[in-house]
Amino acid sequence: MANSHYEPPKQSAFGQLVDSVFLLILVFAALFAPLYLKLAGGGKVDLAVADKTTWTGLGQSAVQQAQWEKLGFTPDTAASIITSRFDYSFSVTELVITAVVIVGYFVLLFLFSRTEYRDVIAERFGRK
Amino acid sequence: MTQTTAVHGEKISLLRVLGPGHVWALGVGIVLVGEYMGWNFAVGKGGMIAALIACWVAGLLYTCVAMIDSEVTSTVAAAGGQYAQAKHIVGPLMAFNVGLYLVFAYTMLEAANAITLGYLVQTVGTMAGFADVHDKPFIVLTIMFLAWLNYRGVYATLTVNLVLTAVAFIAILILFASVKPWSNELLDHKDMLNGLPYGWLGVIASLHFGLWYYLGIEGTCQAAEEVRSPARSLPLGTMTGIMTLLIAATMTWYVCSGLMPWEYLGQAVTPLFDAARLTNSMPLMVLLFVGTVFSTLASANGCINDASRAWFSMGRDRYLPTWFGAVHPKNRTPYRSIVFLVPVALVFAYFAPLDQVITFSILSGLLGYTYMSFNVILFRKKWPLGTIKRGYIHPFHPLPAIVLLVLCSATYFAVFLGYGTQLVAMLIFFVVASLWFHFHRYQYVRRGDQFTMQWPRPQGY
Repeated sequence: MANSHYEPPKQSAFGQLVDSVFLLILVFAALFAPLYLKLAGGGKVDLAVADKTTWTGLGQSAVQQAQWEKLGFTPDTAASIITSRFDYSFSVTELVITAVVIVGYFVLLFLFSRTEYRDVIAERFGRK
Repeated sequence: MTQTTAVHGEKISLLRVLGPGHVWALGVGIVLVGEYMGWNFAVGKGGMIAALIACWVAGLLYTCVAMIDSEVTSTVAAAGGQYAQAKHIVGPLMAFNVGLYLVFAYTMLEAANAITLGYLVQTVGTMAGFADVHDKPFIVLTIMFLAWLNYRGVYATLTVNLVLTAVAFIAILILFASVKPWSNELLDHKDMLNGLPYGWLGVIASLHFGLWYYLGIEGTCQAAEEVRSPARSLPLGTMTGIMTLLIAATMTWYVCSGLMPWEYLGQAVTPLFDAARLTNSMPLMVLLFVGTVFSTLASANGCINDASRAWFSMGRDRYLPTWFGAVHPKNRTPYRSIVFLVPVALVFAYFAPLDQVITFSILSGLLGYTYMSFNVILFRKKWPLGTIKRGYIHPFHPLPAIVLLVLCSATYFAVFLGYGTQLVAMLIFFVVASLWFHFHRYQYVRRGDQFTMQWPRPQGY
């Protein structure tokens, strides 16, 4: 039942710097790359309307038209907002890949955590 | 991360002085900004009605979060909230990931607050005749100023936060009363409501931004060590906080959906301020301008506080370089963590669109909620009822965990619809970071020090 104590190595200042820079690069790369490569924010499509230069052509009622104008818009400046729609079409393959990535990530987390947790419990309570 | 723990750094007991009212104020204070911006992107993804359904479904999701978190946190009454829970219940790698979820959820929220503030100043400047006003300097100034405040010490600013939040909440109530919701004088839902433009798929898609109404309410449980009676105060404060937000969110939706076309509302940066503009009332415009500024400042300030303390805690536990675990000798703040996270917030606030920044914040929160559903099941399995003293036992276990997992899965699908690239990119980041931790960083972690609760050995180990 003897507790085997693990004494971690001391990390050098340079090692700490490398770890910090690595994390920073990882954060920017993973979170900012989709934006930089213009892959972010899903597909949008333009809704076909009768006439983009008039409120009626854009499908706006008189009440809606009044509110757009109060907000400082004209049919020309509002057209891109009114006609923009999300494109929710997707391939099943993409959905399955995304699901596998999510499930795989959590499986990885719990499996590795379990191994590490055994070390923690063994040192805290002693080996069985 | 609780304030006192971070300041004093090491194992010093915190004062148990907080009641349910404080817990309520803490939760609503962090989250209220969600009524001022961001929620309305749910309208863009599914339409007005879809956004309202998403608001209520997200309310159910957060009710499950609050029930589960109240039990675990009132038992793991250690500073650090979900991060400390993961260390004791799942393991170091999970705790490392939960720490990152907290850091990113709060840092991205901070960036979103700065973007909103900058945009608002630009809008008001243009309305006042200063057409050349640019939002970017205000974004940078906001982040730098709040980071400086946090660097110097935040006791006073966190107290002021409560006042700012109260003003922002009262502003919503006044706006609601002023538009005379009992009449059609200003509101015109008949003309503005548009059904379900994307059908029921749009309802699921809008769940993505529906989370924004409440994101961060689980932060109430960060105060577990400072609450007089965790068993009573945590569930009561958190649940009343959710109810308050649910009422405020419904009022916000009702006002905005009756005043502006859904296409505009679905992409607006400052929807409540826009609602005030549409009433033609200058006092209301000023009030909602002040409310928006106050809510964004209060939220951003709290975000810097929480994110830096999560980063600091991971440094102190050696999950990150120990350099981050330092406390300023004079100001007693985790100054290196505060400074390190400034460029991350700045880059996102400066270059990224608001909806993308909010998506990153929501995704971090969503991963955390998914973890919670597994966490409570493991918690009950490793320490069944009766083996340790629990502050609060949530009813109907494991139903809340199952409902939470189902709603989280639906929200992953909602994010996939329109923002699938960010979802995958973020998961790749967490996979790479996890591999880095397990195969490299973990060698520097002291094993036994990760478990500090006076509990018996977990069953199965």
